[in-house]
Amino acid sequence: MTTTATTAAAPAATTPGRRAGPVSDTLTSALRVLLAYRRSPGLVLASLAVPVAMVLVFGYVFGSAMTVPGSGNYREFLMPGLFVMVAVNGLMPTMVGAARDVGRGLTDRMRSMPVSRSALLLGQALADLLVGVVVLVPLTLVGLAVGWRIRDGLGPALGAYGLLVLFRSVMTWVGTYLGLAAGKEEMAAQLSVLTFPLAMVTNAFVPTGGMPGWLRTVAEWNPISAVVAACRRLFDNPGAVGEAWPVQHPVTATLLWSGLLLAVFVPLAVRKFASHGR
Amino acid sequence: MTEAAIAVVGLRKSFGKTAALRGLDLTVPAGTVCGLLGPNGAGKTTAVRVLATLAAPDAGSARVNGFDVVRQAAQVRRSIGLAGQHAAVEEGITGRDNLRLIGRYHGLGSRGARSRADDLLERFDLAEVADRLVRTYSGGLRRRLDLVASLVTAPPVLFLDEPTTGLDPRSRQEIWDAVRELAEGGTTVLLTTQYLDEADRLADAVAVLDHGTVIEHGTPGRLKAAIGIRIEVTVAQAAQLDTAVRVLADLAAGVPVADPAERRVEVTSGAGRTIALPQLVRELDAAGVSAQDVALRTPSLDDVFLALTAAPGRAAR
Ligand SMILES: Nc1ncnc2c1ncn2[C@@H]1O[C@H](COP(=O)(O)OP(=O)(O)O)[C@@H](O)[C@H]1O
Ligand SMILES: [Mg+2]
Repeated sequence: MTTTATTAAAPAATTPGRRAGPVSDTLTSALRVLLAYRRSPGLVLASLAVPVAMVLVFGYVFGSAMTVPGSGNYREFLMPGLFVMVAVNGLMPTMVGAARDVGRGLTDRMRSMPVSRSALLLGQALADLLVGVVVLVPLTLVGLAVGWRIRDGLGPALGAYGLLVLFRSVMTWVGTYLGLAAGKEEMAAQLSVLTFPLAMVTNAFVPTGGMPGWLRTVAEWNPISAVVAACRRLFDNPGAVGEAWPVQHPVTATLLWSGLLLAVFVPLAVRKFASHGR
Repeated sequence: MTEAAIAVVGLRKSFGKTAALRGLDLTVPAGTVCGLLGPNGAGKTTAVRVLATLAAPDAGSARVNGFDVVRQAAQVRRSIGLAGQHAAVEEGITGRDNLRLIGRYHGLGSRGARSRADDLLERFDLAEVADRLVRTYSGGLRRRLDLVASLVTAPPVLFLDEPTTGLDPRSRQEIWDAVRELAEGGTTVLLTTQYLDEADRLADAVAVLDHGTVIEHGTPGRLKAAIGIRIEVTVAQAAQLDTAVRVLADLAAGVPVADPAERRVEVTSGAGRTIALPQLVRELDAAGVSAQDVALRTPSLDDVFLALTAAPGRAAR
């Protein structure tokens, strides 16, 4: 004897689609960014062109007139600064990309899908981080070619690379928020010009010792200076440290700055993304 | 009784001082195509964005596929496809990859997403360009890919916001064919447009939107019947234009509009009024107007639209 249980089959039109889950969403989101890089590897190379040009211009043209406090050659002083500049410049493509996605309706499409909003942003951040790691390789080779050296062994050097990657991902989140807030590609492009003075008022290219008092204070409290000082210490490259607390304790300061900036910009970016145009 | 696929009651939405929606009411039965027709700034995009859970309404309620857009946003998102006003496809990757990514977001898994993408590319005639970067696509191709991207999950409800704006006639035709095919398959479509012929061709029902409210709705046929027939008279001499306007004003319910450059007067007869050609010619004759050309024709949705919004030229393309 069998009883036939008749379950009312829901009509096709009322069955909502599946959802993938946050881990899968994160990976898909990362895949999206990486696919774009794979299709145009020139993007990664272009992001290296400016720092490499800077090595040449600063290192060889100005370098002859520069003296580094203590001993040591200017190009070796310069390299940690350039490593950090590349990390900071990661902000620009992220910011412009986020603004473009808003302007072209991609953000709207993403948000109309059953996808976790933080997963979407996290995936992009992870992909950017991966690109940040890859970029360190050619940059290191350029450095070695112009006379820069890792002088304190592999352990501290790996620490320096770790901080560089961390700071790059901080910049990614700052860039995502600013791009979403700008909302227009042209506006984001204009905004990204502002990163230049921010990067210049630091210890990256010249020791802060020669700056007028107030500028020196600004430069030494600039988070970028802390990262540069941390790299110089961990690679054991030459350079005067400075007076302010962050450059005196650069590794701790880098971690604190990064934590602070992430704590501010990650929630800001997620909220902006979720609420855009509401 | 089955619930409507889209049910909107008294929807309001303001951006600062701009009231984009002022009490929007709209019902779209499942499996039908509704054309939301309105000039620029009427609130079409805002309506779609609220329905697609992208914008929060200030007041009123909206249900999509039986789910509330505010309280059940997650279910709504699983029920809809959205092709917004821009072609929202990723430029730096291929068409195929665009569709695969969307399939993965929708939980089809990597293999499922791949085969779904292949199917759709085949079905919508995109297979040939599927492996090119979207950056190299024409505007029409992009739009088609964008439309296909909104179909990855075969959603029961589809929102298309001005799907053919800025496209050449051939690409428009292709999009129209695709929408018709979907409608035949039972998908509920809400389509916004500024183009009256588009609504006329695709929509089972039309809602005319102006300043954030629906000012008229019905089937295209009913809307056209509501303004009667359209009369166009071209006079031999410009001096007779005023007399012709007076004659037509007496005969028809609409307000005659004279175009001196063309020496032409146009008017709509009004609901239920029939005007016979001989009568019209006789009356013009009696008033001393020598007509060069007299034409009676069924009105287009353009006429409906202009009559309703009373803003000639605004909907001109
Ligand atoms: N995000 C927004 N911020 C401010 N005003 C907006 C926003 N979106 C739409 N509006 C305004 O709301 C009105 C309706 O716009 P919209 O829905 O885009 O109309 P349509 O799509 O019919 O052209 C317009 O006056 C527009 O300027
Ligand atoms: Mg619009």
